[in-house]
Amino acid sequence: MVAGQDQAAAAPAIDVADLAIRYGGQLALAGVTLQVPRNEIFGIIGPANSGKTSFLRAVNRMDLLTPGMTVEGSVSVEGKEVRSWRNAYALRRRIGVVFPLPVGLPMTIYENVALSARLRGTRNRSDLDVIVERCLRRAALWDEVKDRLDSLGSLLSGGQQQRLTIARALSQDPSILLLDEFSIAVDPVTTMRIEEVLAELRAEMTIVMVTNLVQQARRLASQTAFFLTGELVEVGETETLFEGGARDERTTAYLEGKFG
Amino acid sequence: MNAAADRRDLSWWVDKVAQILVLAGGLSAIVFIVGIFLFIGREGAGFIFEGFSLREFLLSPRWTPTSNHNPTFGALALIAGTASVTGLAMVVAVPFSLGAAIYIGEFATGRGRETLKVLVELLAAIPSVVWGFVGLSIMNPLIVRVFDAPVGLNVLNSGIILGLMAAPIMTTIAEDALKAVPDTYREAAEAMGATRWQVILKVVLPAGRNGLVAATLLGVGRGFGETMAVLMASGHAVNLPTSPFDAVRALTATIAAELGETAEGSEHWQALFTLGIFLFLVTFTINFLADVFVRGGLPGRRRRGRRPVASANP
Ligand SMILES: Nc1ncnc2c1ncn2[C@@H]1O[C@H](COP(=O)(O)OP(=O)(O)O)[C@@H](O)[C@H]1O
Ligand SMILES: [Mg+2]
Repeated sequence: MVAGQDQAAAAPAIDVADLAIRYGGQLALAGVTLQVPRNEIFGIIGPANSGKTSFLRAVNRMDLLTPGMTVEGSVSVEGKEVRSWRNAYALRRRIGVVFPLPVGLPMTIYENVALSARLRGTRNRSDLDVIVERCLRRAALWDEVKDRLDSLGSLLSGGQQQRLTIARALSQDPSILLLDEFSIAVDPVTTMRIEEVLAELRAEMTIVMVTNLVQQARRLASQTAFFLTGELVEVGETETLFEGGARDERTTAYLEGKFG
Repeated sequence: MNAAADRRDLSWWVDKVAQILVLAGGLSAIVFIVGIFLFIGREGAGFIFEGFSLREFLLSPRWTPTSNHNPTFGALALIAGTASVTGLAMVVAVPFSLGAAIYIGEFATGRGRETLKVLVELLAAIPSVVWGFVGLSIMNPLIVRVFDAPVGLNVLNSGIILGLMAAPIMTTIAEDALKAVPDTYREAAEAMGATRWQVILKVVLPAGRNGLVAATLLGVGRGFGETMAVLMASGHAVNLPTSPFDAVRALTATIAAELGETAEGSEHWQALFTLGIFLFLVTFTINFLADVFVRGGLPGRRRRGRRPVASANP
């Protein structure tokens, strides 16, 4: 038992072996083997349709909710194979997700951030107040919204909504945060603010950051994986890849912006 | 850029004619509404301006229009009849239609879903006289047997029948409201670990709230306006109901049953048209409210409208 716990504590945040993903039989991603160590930012780059989003969906078992999606191989989160979870909802509660386009749920700003706690049964208003303020502060949104917590979350600007989404993900108190091209609909200033937030969060959680901006991976990620048309081309130390140390010439070409 | 190119060709004329036809179609709707209102208004005018007492009309339960020495025109019992039947109908129809809409919209997939939708639409097309017949010949003896009631034509019978009648159209509208809730909301909530039921309860239903209210209001409007089924299943007795087993008489059924046997232009005739005006105003208000809700709630409130989520695409 104790040995088992030690093992789990030492296991990488995410451990993927021979992962293959299909949609209705059509292969979307194959042969992915990689480890995401704890408490670091792990970057995933690659052009559209290379399987980055599918990879994230396999980690938090959204395949269960996607008609036709099947996953083969193994995906372990903190030492436990995700498909061995009998309660997939409990797994998802430990994993925060931020989508490409901000999704302010059609409720107040306060309720957006309180939702996760409410779903877990927290009713006490002052407990909720604490959670809401803490998460909004950590997402660098508190100062902008503290006077209008009761207005609709979906009325915020795109950049604010994306920070609201991050606050909502943080309210789950996750040990893993999955970000899918979070800056795609966000202005550059907000992008930089969110990047600062992520750099701070790294101390407390593991972050998998799929990004359409290779420079963003360079700024934040310790390791970076390059996906291309359903294949993991390579994974390595970010600095090595960017300093010309990539083993695969396709990686070098992509990093140099020769295709996208 | 030459004069020969500037010519009113066939497609120009087709466009013009089509515009005029569509405009005429739209105007005719207004003309009909105004025309109907003017017509029933004119027929009821004599009564409203002479023998009419608003107090008696709204507060007296005595509807004795054919009495020789002292005819009275109190519509309270008729209003109460319609309201009680419609109220019970909503108690039946709201859970049914909401449940069906949630199942069709959130759980059913593929062919099963399409089949269900077609079935619901078929249900909506059953003529009301058929429902009345069901009330008369199936519900009536059933109520007598189950509840040991003396007669089975009453509020309970007609309320259930009316509820079943209104449920299909309410289901269709409620399902549209649920379908209008973006999938990104569901996905975001699911990714947080919300169960399917939590997603529906905390995200989908609140987001579709206005459409669901509209569905209910249209059901109420349907209930107020329904005639034949209520006439057949309610017992058609002027009565202030105190229990679901009381027979009642509805506004619509009164008009339908009495108008044919009334001398044109008589006080009774005019009183019936006054009932019609009342019904028209009530259903008009209900439909107007439903429309307001479909468009996103009452104007001027803070939670006005539902703006789409930021759509700044890359
Ligand atoms: N729900 C789905 N159904 C069918 N095919 C899908 C679905 N989602 C993604 N795919 C396919 O899988 C491949 C990888 O897509 P995705 O993981 O979204 O790539 P990325 O995030 O890198 O753009 C693409 O070819 C895409 O068309
Ligand atoms: Mg993607």
